[in-house]
Amino acid sequence: MFETKGGVLFLAGFGFFALAFLSNAVVPVLMYKDLPEQPVEELVNPRIMYQFEELSRRYPEQFRKYVGEPTPENCAKLLRLGRQIYIGEGCWHCHSQFVRPVSNESLRWGPVAQSHEYQNALQRPVMFGTRRVGPDLSREGGRHANDWHAVHFFNPPVVSPDSPMPAYPWFFDGSPDKPNLRGLAIITYVQWLGSWLKEYPYYEQWNDIRQAEDY
Amino acid sequence: MSTQTIPRGEELVELKLVKYHLVASLIFLGAAMLAGLLMALQLVHWNPLQGWELLSPGRWRMVHTNGVAYGFLANAFLGALYWVVPRLTLHRVYSRALSWFIFWAWQAIVALTVVGLIWGPSWQTASWVQELAQRWNLPMSLGAQGLEWGETPFWIDPVALLGLFLVAVNFVSPVMKTKGPLYVTLWYFLAAFVWTFLTYAMGNLLTEYHLTGTSAGAVGGLFIHDLVGLFVTPLGWGLMYYFVPIILRKPIWSHGLSLVGFWGLAFFYPLSGIHHFLYTPIPMFLQYGSVISTIAVELVVTTVIINFMATVWGQGRMIYTNLPIRWFYTGMVFYFLTCLQCALQVTLTFQKLIHFTDWVVGHAHLVMFGVFTMWLFGIMTYLFPVILGRPWYSRQLAEWHFWLSAAGVFVMSADLILAGVFQGFWWASLQPWDVSITGSQPFWVLRVFAGLAMFGGFLCFVWNLYKTWCEPAPATATAAAPA
Repeated sequence: MFETKGGVLFLAGFGFFALAFLSNAVVPVLMYKDLPEQPVEELVNPRIMYQFEELSRRYPEQFRKYVGEPTPENCAKLLRLGRQIYIGEGCWHCHSQFVRPVSNESLRWGPVAQSHEYQNALQRPVMFGTRRVGPDLSREGGRHANDWHAVHFFNPPVVSPDSPMPAYPWFFDGSPDKPNLRGLAIITYVQWLGSWLKEYPYYEQWNDIRQAEDY
Repeated sequence: MSTQTIPRGEELVELKLVKYHLVASLIFLGAAMLAGLLMALQLVHWNPLQGWELLSPGRWRMVHTNGVAYGFLANAFLGALYWVVPRLTLHRVYSRALSWFIFWAWQAIVALTVVGLIWGPSWQTASWVQELAQRWNLPMSLGAQGLEWGETPFWIDPVALLGLFLVAVNFVSPVMKTKGPLYVTLWYFLAAFVWTFLTYAMGNLLTEYHLTGTSAGAVGGLFIHDLVGLFVTPLGWGLMYYFVPIILRKPIWSHGLSLVGFWGLAFFYPLSGIHHFLYTPIPMFLQYGSVISTIAVELVVTTVIINFMATVWGQGRMIYTNLPIRWFYTGMVFYFLTCLQCALQVTLTFQKLIHFTDWVVGHAHLVMFGVFTMWLFGIMTYLFPVILGRPWYSRQLAEWHFWLSAAGVFVMSADLILAGVFQGFWWASLQPWDVSITGSQPFWVLRVFAGLAMFGGFLCFVWNLYKTWCEPAPATATAAAPA
């Protein structure tokens, strides 16, 4: 059996694959089957709407040109588009969306990640991430103002001097005060991250040790 | 038996196909290495091409990983398979026409993947793309999809799956024509054809369309893990079980250990997928299970390494004199190191420190370049002179290729693994984020140069191949015919 075509094909090939699929995929899927996937429209909350309206007032011409009115429907539309840009530009290869229960991460970023936060259409597939060159973004919403994000996307070192993040001038019509549809969408998406939490925004609780007297 | 004539290898193998696949693999490897270089330069603020949309490092980083997996590894494996499978089964592959169709279709698939990854995001704001996505509730665009190594744009996935299915048909057919027990290599190949197809389907169809959140994480972990363990690893080891005994002219030391190696890998490897997402909200008992099976894999790997070391025992000088053997055994040493590293880093103790750091990047390069690319370079070093019917143009260049590659990947991996430890401590000690960025700079600079060394080795190889290819053929074209 161990050296025959049938053994290799059916036991190793299909059988062991199926066993792993059963235990590592079907089990978690069944465990979370009572947490239905939330559609994007349900993810629009007052906090992200506040940022979205702010965006419409800060860049009125650009916003009217590319989005129209700051309605919840348009917000959902931009969240969807913003996530596509987040994936297409490879943001998720350098930023995670997942606060671990170890390594003081809850002090740095906020509450530890929980399953229900990820049961929505904007986490299909999930954006846990595999590498953190830049910081985790799952608690990023509300931490910085919209115009900070605009300048940061246009040229990161302007607001974050040592940042190795690439510049994204194609999110803008020539200058950082003119975000185009892509710029407005990615800012909306980033401002949404973590906006569902009770405590929001959740700032760092640590003190910069370089400011300490005995440094 | 004596009346039956056994067909010679060269009667069964379509040499041109082997050649074409190997050359295609080298083209994609060159592109993928340049893509990696771009990202490396970006990290140390030396990227001269900042601000060009189609040269965005974020997009090219996906070309780097996908180019290596589907452009380089898949092509090089296919080239080697067209050489090995007919020789082991004494039958031709299913169809010559199908083989050529697969060749061109696969190049188109990889090239379109690159186009999609680079150009797709530029089309995201087009209204018809938005309407399409909304109507079908598709969570993706024309560009990348959000799963590592599964970024292949959704409109290519069905074609790629069809391609993998045809590959399986093409190679399973000659295996099925054989009688009696199979040789080790064919166990690995046969299983790999099934696994690769299933894994690709799981990752690219299931997670992209149907699974959300935590369970998507579990399946995504399974996918990236299985792609290494059930596509690259079995094909790589299958080739080692073929080429090492052929070149050493003696059988593998222990057939029993070969059995342990194959069945141990087949059983334990797929069970470890979730270890990529430890400390996520995925249920803890599943995380523990993946940790234990990963450690089991390490034990299995040790038996395989013992088997191969015992095979070369007494002929150790071959590692010095014979280049392919040197590539193979260097790769095996790296393989043992990565697997040992794996058994340690998979524990929750290590994960606390090194998850999300450059440690993981170092590990990935050690596996993909230090092991499988080294093996494939060894196979090419062996095959090209046989295929072209003349010796390498320059032994010196071949030596440079080896040493630049080996030293480059060793320095890069050691450097990044160490960087990962530093990053882990910087993060845990709650220093400002910038500290981990500025602190990583020396490591990232060294990584650029290690990468340049690897690319330099690659250029030596390409130049050597070019000169060998273009040399006038020897008057008596008596190629050394391997069994």
